[in-house]
Amino acid sequence: MIQLSVNHVLYLVEAARWTILLSVIAFVGGAVVGLPVALMRVSRSGALRGIAWGYIQLIQGTPLLIVLFLSYFGLGILGYKLDPLVAAGISFTLYAAAFLGEIWRGSIEAVPKTQWEASDCLGLNPFQQYAYVILPQALRIAIPPTVGFMVQIVKNTSLASVIGFVELARAGQIVNNSTFEPFAIFTAVAAIYFVLCYPLSVAARTLERRAHAGRS
Amino acid sequence: MPAALEQANESVVSVDNVVKEFGPLRVLDGVSLDVTRGQTVAIVGRSGSGKSTLLRCIAGLETVQEGMITVCGHAVGRPGSAARAQLRRDVGMVFQSYNLFPHLNVERNITLALTLVKRQSRDEAKKRAAEVLAMVGLTDKIASYPEQLSGGQQQRVAIARSLALQPQVMLFDEVTSALDPELTAEVLGVMENLAHHGMTMISVTHEMGFARRVADMVVFMHQGKVWETGPTADVFANPRTAEFKQFVGSEL
Repeated sequence: MIQLSVNHVLYLVEAARWTILLSVIAFVGGAVVGLPVALMRVSRSGALRGIAWGYIQLIQGTPLLIVLFLSYFGLGILGYKLDPLVAAGISFTLYAAAFLGEIWRGSIEAVPKTQWEASDCLGLNPFQQYAYVILPQALRIAIPPTVGFMVQIVKNTSLASVIGFVELARAGQIVNNSTFEPFAIFTAVAAIYFVLCYPLSVAARTLERRAHAGRS
Repeated sequence: MPAALEQANESVVSVDNVVKEFGPLRVLDGVSLDVTRGQTVAIVGRSGSGKSTLLRCIAGLETVQEGMITVCGHAVGRPGSAARAQLRRDVGMVFQSYNLFPHLNVERNITLALTLVKRQSRDEAKKRAAEVLAMVGLTDKIASYPEQLSGGQQQRVAIARSLALQPQVMLFDEVTSALDPELTAEVLGVMENLAHHGMTMISVTHEMGFARRVADMVVFMHQGKVWETGPTADVFANPRTAEFKQFVGSEL
């Protein structure tokens, strides 16, 4: 029957901490890069809009797996041998920034144009319009889809196992190599992912309901 | 009182032969209009006659293709008009859809521009907010959020928010069109009060009663042109054009 020891489970839980770390890096990095991307997408400057658009198309049109290969093996061959965590962190930042940039662009554009006009007529300059009028409202709109996207990030960190980064999925493979209990092990792995993701899913749904309630 | 007389005739808004096009559509076709200090002007006309566009041009929200608009000495309406920040200090605009900031309470809606644009201290700004809220009769709503207010109350807050900046001219763009008659009356009451206190006002309105009662001058727009204009009593008593006759008839 199931031959999974406490040590095996502990090993998985420890590996889950790397999954969490990579998720946090992806989210924070993605947010730091994604906000400028979103602002560039709604900029008046055609050049800035074009650059941000190109970036988003490039990342969204490329498998994350290939971005991981490029930043780890590709850069390695060019002489920039990165630690798997660094390579994965960069890849996930680029990936999250493109999607968050697009989510947040939509949120900014969802703020009615009349809010721009009203704040313009009160004499606010564009920076003040963003900081005090537009972004606070866009933030409210953005929270549910942003939290929803965080679930995607957590699950997608499993891809980092292919470049030798020992996170939860890779740890599951390692344990399986010694125990040959794939069904039990990967069930445990799935359960841990579920424990990480479910609260985020619930939060996203709750926030979404609240956002809609506030709009009536 | 020659000085006071001179001030009374001072031009606040001057629109000279303005042409505004949206693509192939000529919305304003050579419009001219002069408004002097303290005057209350009602712009009336059918939907699509260009009246709201004219107001938005005066507010600097639209650029124009031809002609000149001068508001309180600032040139308006040309791309890159440098005096934009200056213009904003002198012109208040109130919209049909109120456009309060939904994430801020009534007080902060009013103090935002006072602290950011006029660089007043928080305390000064709060004092001013209390003053203007008293003027529109909403002192007790100072801590409310826009969604907790009726449409009429929101519109009165929007008027207070504009007034707080002490503009020289107030522009009203169909500010009662989204309100039922009872709420319309409370908003028009506030505007009437403003007019009596000497505020220079230009209102695009469908409220003929308000136009007759409060406006010094009526501008009837038709097909992007000023079709008929003059002192309120004259214009309504002796409509010169068939279009205005018909319009006034249909409004009754």
